[in-house]
Amino acid sequence: MSEKPEKLIDKKGLRLDGRKPDQLRPIKLEVGIIPNADGSAYIEHGKNKIWAGVYGPREVHPKHLALQDRTVLKCRYHMAPFSVQERKSPAPSRREIELSKVIRESLEPSIFLEYYPRTMIDVFIEVLQADGGTRCASITAASLALADAGIPMRDLVVACAAGKADDTIVLDLMDEEDKLGKADVPVALMPNLNAVTLLQMDGKLTHEEFESAVNLAIDGCRKIYDMQKEALKAKYVNIKEEAEE
Amino acid sequence: MPTFFEPKQVVTPGDLIAEGEYIAGENTYVEDKKIYASRTGLVEYDNKHVNVVALKAFYIPRVGDTVIGTVVEVGFNGWTIDLNSPYQAFLRPSDVLSRPFKPQKDELSQVLDLGDLIVAKVTSYDRTHDPQLTVAEPGLGKITRGQIVKVTPTKVPRIIGRKGSMISMIKEHTGCQIILGLNGVILITGRTLEDEQLALTAIRKIEEESHTSGLTDRITQMLKEEKSKEEEKKDE
Repeated sequence: MSEKPEKLIDKKGLRLDGRKPDQLRPIKLEVGIIPNADGSAYIEHGKNKIWAGVYGPREVHPKHLALQDRTVLKCRYHMAPFSVQERKSPAPSRREIELSKVIRESLEPSIFLEYYPRTMIDVFIEVLQADGGTRCASITAASLALADAGIPMRDLVVACAAGKADDTIVLDLMDEEDKLGKADVPVALMPNLNAVTLLQMDGKLTHEEFESAVNLAIDGCRKIYDMQKEALKAKYVNIKEEAEE
Repeated sequence: MPTFFEPKQVVTPGDLIAEGEYIAGENTYVEDKKIYASRTGLVEYDNKHVNVVALKAFYIPRVGDTVIGTVVEVGFNGWTIDLNSPYQAFLRPSDVLSRPFKPQKDELSQVLDLGDLIVAKVTSYDRTHDPQLTVAEPGLGKITRGQIVKVTPTKVPRIIGRKGSMISMIKEHTGCQIILGLNGVILITGRTLEDEQLALTAIRKIEEESHTSGLTDRITQMLKEEKSKEEEKKDE
């Protein structure tokens, strides 16, 4: 990696990649990219590149894991060995196992799990390139893949982080800000219901700083939510336009 | 009591569709007297009912449905059938053989083997029990010839059309016999391979463009064009 930057925010108040403190990285969302999966999505969030695939609801294997009153949701967050600067071992690390759990728990409230008892939904998340905030981008992509699979949901889940770089509260941290910054607050949201499904904090913030970070992250989430809906509709709207011309 | 979408507009999960004195229908849910969508689909208002016609879903069995399934397991006392659904169905030998089943004498795999396709009817299903099937009715049983197409189950009504207009139109133009499994599996049997292929492309087209208007006319036109092309070839 290149040398450590001295300051994360320059004199003009701009960040290392030229963004303003309350500006998101460019985001690209696409739905239905894995033909063999029941639902799938791809997200490019800044330099993050992530695939999510959804299978199910289907029979539970092994059978004893089945629940009689609801669906079992399984999540697997995995980073490709080439996704980071230094080669990462392909075996699931402690961090990946924890993130799988965190992502699962942030998606669970959005799904009507009680509709299909004795079944299982598998969510596979593969990080092809990582640049800070992969958990947020993963949640956004996984939720989109679930909707694409036709699984009944209360709302889409969107996630976005805010944090503190030098002494400024900034939106959507990238890798350097995540590592050298003072705090990181990832937030996952169901925007239409105005319900938070994930809230974490790493680092130190005062009460006021924390509040403004959360509010900033929620604003970011709402912006991504519009893109998410657009991506979900695009698949059908394009066909409609072509057919009706 | 306002509504927030035009009929046939695309909604995504979580979209607020209506408020007040409406009744939540398919693929919607109520929270705080507000009706939200729970799947991606098209909005439909039917009197006071608010429905979302899903653009993608999976098959949930219902008693009385005609379905097409694949044998995935031959057991000691019956077959396990895959219905393209979250739940696997079970078929008992007594519903297939027209005589009592004797485990010592009957070899189940000689009646129906792994990978065989069957047309069947759902006889029982609820939240706590997997579906049971039967083939003991005229028109049901093992499929011996034809082609299979799989579509999203929610699009089967679109393929049938209003009072069966779409499906009878395809049958008429291609001369094929078509059996629609409500689980989204469709069997096409025709006199020639070309006829079957034509019916297959028509059904694929309907599935892909199910949410567009003027579809019946476009399909009729397509079928006529393809048919005349074929005849030209024959003349040459």
